[in-house]
Amino acid sequence: MSSVSNNKIIKWVDDRLPIISMMQHSAVEYPTPKNLSYWWNFGSLAGLVLVIMILSGLFLAMNYAANTGLAFLSVERIMRDVNYGWLIRYIHANGASMFFIVVYLHIVRGFYYGSYKPPREILWWLGLIIMLVMMGTAFMGYVLPWGQMSFWGATVITNLFSAIPLVGEHIVTWLWGGFSVDNPTLNRFFALHFLLPFVLVGIVVLHVWALHTVKSNNPLGIDMKGPQDSLPFHPYYTVKDLFGVGVFMMFFMAFVFWAPNFLGHPDNYIPANPMVTPAHIVPEWYFLPFYAILRAVPDKLGGVLLMFGAIVILAAMPWLDTSKVRSCTFRPIYKWFVMLFIADCVLLGYIGGKPAEEPYILIGQFATAWYFIHLLIVTPLVGWLEKPRPLPESISAAVTKKEAV
Amino acid sequence: MADTANPAHGATDGETRRDFLLYASSAVGVVGAGLALWPFIHSMNPAADTLALASTEVDLSPVAEGQAITVMWRGKPVFVRHRTADEISAARAVDVAGLRDPQKDEDRVKKPEWLVTVGVCTHLGCIPLGQKAADPRGDFGGWFCPCHGSHYDTSGRIRKGPAPLNLHVPEYAFLNDKTVKIG
Ligand code: HEM
Ligand code: FES
Repeated sequence: MSSVSNNKIIKWVDDRLPIISMMQHSAVEYPTPKNLSYWWNFGSLAGLVLVIMILSGLFLAMNYAANTGLAFLSVERIMRDVNYGWLIRYIHANGASMFFIVVYLHIVRGFYYGSYKPPREILWWLGLIIMLVMMGTAFMGYVLPWGQMSFWGATVITNLFSAIPLVGEHIVTWLWGGFSVDNPTLNRFFALHFLLPFVLVGIVVLHVWALHTVKSNNPLGIDMKGPQDSLPFHPYYTVKDLFGVGVFMMFFMAFVFWAPNFLGHPDNYIPANPMVTPAHIVPEWYFLPFYAILRAVPDKLGGVLLMFGAIVILAAMPWLDTSKVRSCTFRPIYKWFVMLFIADCVLLGYIGGKPAEEPYILIGQFATAWYFIHLLIVTPLVGWLEKPRPLPESISAAVTKKEAV
Repeated sequence: MADTANPAHGATDGETRRDFLLYASSAVGVVGAGLALWPFIHSMNPAADTLALASTEVDLSPVAEGQAITVMWRGKPVFVRHRTADEISAARAVDVAGLRDPQKDEDRVKKPEWLVTVGVCTHLGCIPLGQKAADPRGDFGGWFCPCHGSHYDTSGRIRKGPAPLNLHVPEYAFLNDKTVKIG
């Protein structure tokens, strides 16, 4: 611990606050499986995007006015008059989409390689909580520019709570601070939108703490058995993560500079009008699969419960998946079901963006049914019935023998 | 730190007494924290100025039969529809027992030709279409909510789609033949 450096000053600090040896321990020596693929880059990218969102958001907040009479105009002023305001806003608006792209891929990775299984349950739950808080943050952020989609998105989403029996209406009035989405609503959404990212930072710390306790999973899904199976995090994975950052930033900046409004909705450049609902309201793309589930049920409470259920049920994955084998690499049947499930989620996303008419309603109902059938029936059954392929004896054995991965 | 021996340790009598004190003070603490939380929670409910809402008076004289107008009340649209004889009879011919939110048309209006409802879909709060002549009015000739496909009839009752309730009828009164006061 104290052999952190020969430098006297560093040693003096570290003996009083072991911050340097902690860094040394968790970001330099930290033993990491030597066979990680690029699917393991998305965690560090998610952390990067969180930092970018907090910084860009901070500078937006310096020019933003959370008042229904001013909000839209203040965002237009950011776009036209504030120096580089357009850049900061486009970074922030597209950064939200990037955040979800990265986090969804990160989750898909965990799904395919069984990263939710023991001993990583708490790590998985913290990830789901991060996703939920992100969703809340992004939803409230989208309300701030006070365009038509902001207003009607806020109306529809807050009204979800009115489905709760008895107290639903009171909860919605409480959320609004009035009888419709209005100035009190905008004010509190801004306050919460500013706060929640910092709450996220806290949960991310717990997430990484849990990770460092149980260590990374890997494409083979088998545990590290000794030093021959691992590499020190630095320089091997710091460099690999940085390479990922380079590729990712090119992707991100391509949107910011060349297609800044591609992921947004043109109706949000129309100021909010509480008297006219746009003909076709859609949430941001990252909410579409859940929106499709909501609309698949022709019953208000049922739709709302199913939508929230779709996320909550993921927390039960460690038990729903009955297989002893983590990685789908060695699961000849379940592997295809996982891919089908991901395709189903993409299909739900497509349906969520379509108007509520046939044939989309029917397709959406089938896709919703499959979402739950996969998780509640297929996953436990296949886990029992499937005969997994033999696991390699260790990570290093698999890597040196160049076995099928 | 750890070398202060605890003399009470092992004395069962002392333990139950301590347990009781612990539970009692925890309970007081929890209740106190809950009470302290309430002002903050309640601060998010509508403020006094938001609650002090004026009512809205509407002049009906320019609204010809078959037309509808939308007025603003409490930040929400209110639909006032001057119904045709056909629309009224369509609304009254329905078998009420078969409705999702059973209500007779007679109970939803003060004067059959004037239907007054809050123009907010009871599903998730969008504003249904059907006020303008060119709008789609759904399968039952009333309103159609484009958000998730709720159909309302000429009495503003929910007939098809996800909404659970009929369009809400606000409190209103006719001040005279041509003026109605909402709220
Ligand atoms: C988890 C991180 C965050 C996410 C996912 C997020 C998401 C969003 C989204 C989707 C918008 C709407 C963009 C648009 O269409 O204009 C937005 C706007 C905004 N955000 Fe954030 N945000 C985050 C962090 C922050 C932070 C930390 C702050 C303040 C320090 C902030 C301040 C703002 C402001 C002032 C706006 C309104 C200006 C605008 O609409 O561009 N955000 N945010
Ligand atoms: S809000 Fe009208 S159908 Fe959903």
